This record gives sequence, structure tokens and C-alpha cells, in this order.
Amino acid sequence: MDFNFTEEQGMVRDGLSRLVREQYGFEERRKAIASSEGWRPEIWAQLAELGILGMPFSEADGGFGGGAVDAMVIMEEFGKGLVVEPFLPTVVCAGGFLKHGGTAAQKEEHIGAIVSGGAVFAFAYAEPKGRYDYADLETTAKKDGSGYVLNGHKAVVIGAPWASHLVVTARTGGERRDRSGVSVFVLAKDTPGVTTRDYVTVDGRRASEVYFENVAVGAEALIGAEGEGLALIELVTDEAIAALCAEACGAMKVAHAMTVEYSRQRKQFGVPIGSFQVLQHRMVDMYTAYEQAVSLTYLATLRLGSDERTRKLAVSAAKVGVGQSARLIGQEAVQIHGGNGVTDEYAIGHYFKRLTIFDSEFGNVDHHLKRHVALS
Amino acid sequence: MNLEFTPEEQAFREEVRAFIAENYPKHLADFGMREDMAREDFLAWHKVLGKKGWSVPAWPVEYGGTGWTPTQRYIWSEENARINAVMPLPFGVSMVGPVIYTFGSEEQKAKHLPGIRSGEVWWCQGYSEPGAGSDLASLKTTAVRDGDHYVINGQKTWTTLAQYADWGFFLCRTDPTAKQQEGISFILVDMKTPGVEVKPIKLLDGGYEVNETWLTDVRVPVENLVGQENKGWTYAKFLLAHERSGIAGVARSKRGIEKLREIATHETLDGQPLIKDFDFAKKVSQLEIDLAALEITELRTLAGEQAGKGPGPESSILKIKGTEIQQRLTELTLEAVGTYSAPYMGGVSNDNGSNEHPVGPDYAQHAAATYFNMRKTSIYGGSNEIQRNIITKMILGL
Ligand SMILES: Cc1cc2nc3c(=O)[nH]c(=O)nc-3n(C[C@H](O)[C@H](O)[C@H](O)COP(=O)(O)OP(=O)(O)OC[C@H]3O[C@@H](n4cnc5c(N)ncnc54)[C@H](O)[C@@H]3O)c2cc1C
Ligand SMILES: Cc1cc2nc3c(=O)[nH]c(=O)nc-3n(C[C@H](O)[C@H](O)[C@H](O)COP(=O)(O)OP(=O)(O)OC[C@H]3O[C@@H](n4cnc5c(N)ncnc54)[C@H](O)[C@@H]3O)c2cc1C
Repeated sequence: MDFNFTEEQGMVRDGLSRLVREQYGFEERRKAIASSEGWRPEIWAQLAELGILGMPFSEADGGFGGGAVDAMVIMEEFGKGLVVEPFLPTVVCAGGFLKHGGTAAQKEEHIGAIVSGGAVFAFAYAEPKGRYDYADLETTAKKDGSGYVLNGHKAVVIGAPWASHLVVTARTGGERRDRSGVSVFVLAKDTPGVTTRDYVTVDGRRASEVYFENVAVGAEALIGAEGEGLALIELVTDEAIAALCAEACGAMKVAHAMTVEYSRQRKQFGVPIGSFQVLQHRMVDMYTAYEQAVSLTYLATLRLGSDERTRKLAVSAAKVGVGQSARLIGQEAVQIHGGNGVTDEYAIGHYFKRLTIFDSEFGNVDHHLKRHVALS
Repeated sequence: MNLEFTPEEQAFREEVRAFIAENYPKHLADFGMREDMAREDFLAWHKVLGKKGWSVPAWPVEYGGTGWTPTQRYIWSEENARINAVMPLPFGVSMVGPVIYTFGSEEQKAKHLPGIRSGEVWWCQGYSEPGAGSDLASLKTTAVRDGDHYVINGQKTWTTLAQYADWGFFLCRTDPTAKQQEGISFILVDMKTPGVEVKPIKLLDGGYEVNETWLTDVRVPVENLVGQENKGWTYAKFLLAHERSGIAGVARSKRGIEKLREIATHETLDGQPLIKDFDFAKKVSQLEIDLAALEITELRTLAGEQAGKGPGPESSILKIKGTEIQQRLTELTLEAVGTYSAPYMGGVSNDNGSNEHPVGPDYAQHAAATYFNMRKTSIYGGSNEIQRNIITKMILGL
């Protein structure tokens, strides 16, 4: 057993931690998310320069040979600063599909561009009626000569307004919700027939509704085998969930620390509110919930390479446990901040918002409890 | 024991329902879904009720009240909540009004009560300060006597909807040497008086419903003092007892659960309506059970009142459970809309600048904003921790 980070991971963490501290202050973030772009390409360039965008790729693929633990370290730091830049969709999701399912040519074309910061990806998987089921697809990809024609509507595609490329799931065969017949495609966002409606999300990111209308792509757009994409999607989204959990842990850590600090400073009835035992015990429960969440995040991260069942059990456990902790910590943090907790001006509410939306990404608590039951 | 309403009460319900159906402003239907409310919208129903004589049902008849029993008032609020009506704001009707008719001068009654009844005059509550929240008695805003005026200086905060207010009732320190609770006065301030400045606070749902209120050398005639100087704390406490009536929000939550069920028939899981999913349905049922318990608890409190027992510390139970249920309801609604909880389409109150069609289904539009907004309910009106402290002392005797 070893819960220590390598020296390199320590260095990555320190570097990122500095970047977040120095350039991702609450006011700077606020300005960036209110700007017309909604993110900071210069931060993205710095992440590339620091090697962060290439960290989880093997050296053979042009990366720096890291893995899931590195992604965890990175995402946790991002969570602490509520970083909006699309590391998860680009590096973890698109990167994951390329790593596990991409052809040599696809890797060649895209991984280098991701590592250098040149390409930004969004992962279009959710649909208005799909509710966390990756196989419940109305989007279709019909075979047309050697290529495909895509039609459909993808919902709340995080990071799509910033993306140069999309990874899209679509049905190439079978019945709705069948396990077979699901395929994955990679294409440039400016492919004719792709349109988007862009908007802000409640937690300060950007997303789009993405529409595909007779979008013609070549055979080289298909990632993995036709109709057999679901297992690949499950693997990649499990990796994404582990990374998201790490992000939530970072956000929870800060939200908890802020609350403890606030309770020391804020005086009512002539004493710091932190001296009230009822609040003390609740901050202890928050802390306990945070530690449990960290443990489940480690478990999920370390089991990503295990057999499918073990992996899924661990990932679902994490999504459930972290989801519950995130809710508890977010709500309690706001409550203990009193009126200030519900204002836009105080940072705590923004942590609360991120921790709230976390639950709806890649399956909520109920969804993953069910998956856990089904596998047990 | 008997849970049924009497035939007279049933008849009263029919009468009320018919009146609402005929007179409630159509453009304010299902107010719960609206975020672009203007001052006129808040007041529209109030004005109709003012004409009918139903705007201040709980007041004594001599001041324009209806003489309804507590049960009739309960039926009244239930019928309004059934259609999610925009109710008269509490600041005039249930807060300052009762203080004025109980403790105010004849001039104050003549000047202020008609405007509150008719809905023409908008009031706001200036109690809290940046350093005085739960510990309200530590407030610092001062009112210094200068001839026939008070000169008020200080900063209030969280003043709900003060941006629309004509008048405010303020707690100010008139004797800085007295013990905390004893040097406070209850003063009415015309919000147009020079030196009153209202600055909006943005809440985390993106809306603007509270303000910082700055008072700089605000000169207020001494006639605006309610009751006696330095006795304001007594009136403030009297007012809080009134503030708590209707705080449980049972009828509104019932309507909310109906809505939630509706949403869950449109949302699908594995190709089935979400409401057919056992796990989800179970949570909705649990909420309904908690609400049923709360409803009967409230009715028991009401029956006690009808028998002449004033609302006591039991109202703290109503506040705690009522707000917990409201919060849980918005949480379940957020859960029900799933992926479409994420798009931001404007705050819950007053700031939706865009006319764009929402992303995703209509019912998802404000699910997240409402959830964020409703976190306030366990904080304001005496936080739920403070309510528990009240129960600890007043009921458990600890
Ligand atoms: C099955 C059993 C086996 C045991 N075996 C042994 C043994 O082998 N040897 C031995 O020496 N003792 C033993 N104990 C005793 C045990 O350590 C005590 O019961 C324990 O320390 C609690 O003390 P108490 O029962 O007097 O409860 P109290 O101390 O009176 O506490 C009562 C309640 O008040 C709470 N409370 C107390 N202080 C605070 C505070 N400051 N803040 C908040 N809450 C507080 C407690 O948490 C508890 O809920 C045993 C007890 C049990 C039940
Ligand atoms: C949306 C909104 C609208 C409002 N509208 C108005 C208005 O119109 N007019 C007005 O005057 N005020 C208004 N308020 C103010 C409201 O009454 C206060 O926010 C409330 O009293 C809490 O005070 P605080 O925010 O300063 O929190 P604090 O008092 O600082 O409390 C912070 C935390 O500490 C806890 N705490 C404090 N004391 C104790 C204790 N003794 N034991 C245990 N826990 C404790 C609290 O419960 C809370 O969780 C509004 C507030 C909000 C959020």
C-alpha cells in the first residue's frame, strides 16, 4: 500500500497550486467568466507550457507518461480554484477516447494538438431524453459510402463554445438503449451541418446545445469499432468521473476551510460563531465527509485499470459518496455563512454552485447507487 | 377529534375559490415560474383584495380585518397557494401594520394603515446590519434627537425589495448607554428622505431581491417614532411573532410537489417516466409524508390559537420543518431535471434581461436558480439554528 505521491506528482501539484493561487483569484475568475469568451486562453497556453495538458498521455503518444493519479492531482487543484478551462473534456475525455480507442493516425492527428494547447475538445454525449444512459441515443450516424452522416441534438455540452473539435456519440445500429450499435466519432466543430447554441452554466462555465444536421464525416472520424463504442464510452466516462470526483474534493476542501475560517472571524452575541458547539459538530461532519470523499476518489482512481466490474463498482461508489459529501458540504457551508453565503459576492456560494452541478454530470447519486446495486 | 372542515368552512372555501377564479390577475398565473416581476406585479392582487376588504384578513375588524377565524385564514392561504398566487408582501400586512395598530399613535394609524390595506404603499424592514444578524440586539444604527427630528446614521443590510419601497420600519439605537435591548427605538422612515440610499446585493441565483441600505444624516420627524422611545425591542419581538404566521408554507409546498410529479412524468429514465422509478418516487412520497406531518402540526397550532392560545415557540417547529421541506422540494426538482439543471437562464427575481427561448424544457429553466435561492429560507427570519435555540430554551427548558 502506498498513498504517497511521486516526486513528479508533487512538483505538478506545486506548480499548479501556484498558478491557481496567483492567477485564479476569485476576482480574476469572476472577470474571466463574465467576459465574452468566458475563459482564458492564456491560462490554457500556460497549462500546455507546464506540461499539464500532456500529463496523462504516454510518451509514445507524445505525452509525459502520467496516468490517472496525475489527472487526479491536476483536477483537485483545479477544483480548489474553480477553474473553468476545459481540461476534463479535452484531456480526460477526448484524450481518453484517443488513448484507448484511437488509431495511430487519429492519435497522430489529435494528441499532439491537445498537448500543445492547439486543439480544444468538447464531449457531446448527453441528450435531452437520455438521462445519464449513454446508450439512450436519438442521435444517429448512418453509413454513407465509406463515411457517415450524423443527425441529432446533444444537450449541455460543456466547453463546446471554446472547442475546436467534438467527440460525439451516435447510434449506428440496433434499437434505442441497446448495448450494441453505439459508436463514437471525432470531428472538427466547423464541419458543415454542425450548429451550436451557446450559453453560460449556473456554475460559471460555458456549454452548448449542439445540433447535427446531415453532417458528413469520413471513415477516419470513427473511434474504435463501429457499433461497439459503449464499452469504450464507459471506460472513458469512468475515468472522467474519477477526475471529476478529484475536482469536487478540491472544491470541498476549500469550501470547508473557508467555512471554518469564517466561523472564527464572524462574531455574533459577542463571540465567534465557531464557538457554538452545534456549528462545530457540523463542521466536523463536513470534514469527515470530505475525508471519506477523498478516500473514495483514491479508490476509484486506483481501480480504473482493474477489470470492468471492479472498476465500475469503485467508480460508482465514488460518484455516490462524493456526490453526497458535495451536497452536505455545499449546503452547510452556505448555512454557516448566513446571509453572506447566499450572495454572489462571497466566494462560498460559487463553490456551492459547482458542487451542486457536479451531481448531474455523468450520472447522479441515484444513478450510480443503482449501478452499484446492479453489479453487487 | 375530527379532521374534516365544517360545512360552513367548506362553503367558505367555495366562496373564496370562486372569488379567486374570477378576480386573480391572469397575467400573474403560476407566479412560482416567473422571474421578471415588477413592483406592479407584486401589488396587483393586493390591490384587488384591498377593494374587496380581504387584504389584511388577520387584522382586527376595526382596522379593516375580516373577522375570519384562524381556520378560515388558513383556508384562504391554501386557496391562494393552490394557484401559486402572488400574495401581499408581509412587510406591510403582517409586520408593520400590526405594530402600528397596536402601539402607534392615532395619527400614524390614520396615515399608514389605509395604504397598507389598499396595497398602494410598499414597506420594507430595516432590522439587520452587517454586524447584527442573528444577534439583532447588537445593532449600531443611531437615531439622535435634534429638536423635533431624529437624525439617523448607520447601515442596514438584507433589506428585501427596498428598491421598490415607499416606507421602511427601522430599528435604531436611541440610547447608546443603555443595555443592548433597552436603548432601541422603532422608527418609520420615508424612503425618499434625503440620505437614504439603497444599493442592490446580487444573490447567488443571479437575482436582486435584497439591498444594503445606507442612512446618512437622515432627518425624520419625531412623530415617526412608534410607541415609546427606547422600547423598540418590545415591538420588534411582537412583530416577529406575527412574521412567523404562515411561515410553514404548507399549501405552497403541496403545489410544488404536484409540479414535481408533473415534471417527473415528462422526464424519462430507461424509457419510462421518471415518476415510475421506485427510487425517485420514494423520495417524493417521503416528502409528502413529511409535509402531511407538518400540515397537521400547523393545524394543531391553529386549533390552539382558535382556542385562545397565542402562537408560542411551537412556531419554531413550523419554521424549521417548513423550510427544510421547501429546500428538499427544490433539491428534488433539480434532481428531476437532470442534465438541464446546468444552463443559466437568469435569476429567480427581477433580472432576466433576455427574451430568448430557454434551453431545455420550460420547467427546467429555473430549477437550479430556485434551489440556490431557497437556501435563504433556513437563514432569514431567525435562522434554523436560532429556532432550535428557542425550542431548547422555551420548550425543553435547557
Ligand atoms: C457497553 C459499555 C462498555 C463499557 N466498558 C467500559 C470499560 O470496560 N471500562 C471503563 O472504564 N468504562 C467502560 N465504559 C464506560 C464508557 O467509557 C462511558 O460510558 C463513556 O465514557 C461515556 O460516559 P457516560 O456513560 O458517563 O456518559 P456521559 O459522559 O454522562 O455522557 C452522556 C451524553 O452526553 C454527551 N456529552 C458528554 N460530554 C459532552 C461534551 N463535552 N460535549 C458534548 N456532548 C457531551 C455524551 O456524548 C453522551 O451522549 C463502557 C460503557 C459501555 C456502554
Ligand atoms: C434573502 C434574505 C432576505 C432578508 N430580508 C431581510 C429584511 O428584509 N430585513 C432585515 O432586517 N433582514 C433581512 N434578512 C436578514 C436575516 O434576518 C439575517 O440574514 C439572519 O438573521 C441571519 O443573520 P446573518 O446573515 O448575519 O448570519 P449570522 O448571524 O452571522 O449567522 C451565521 C451562522 O451562524 C449561526 N448562528 C448564529 N448565532 C448562533 C447561535 N447562537 N447558535 C447557533 N448558531 C448560530 C447562524 O444560524 C448561521 O448559520 C434577510 C436575509 C436574507 C438571506
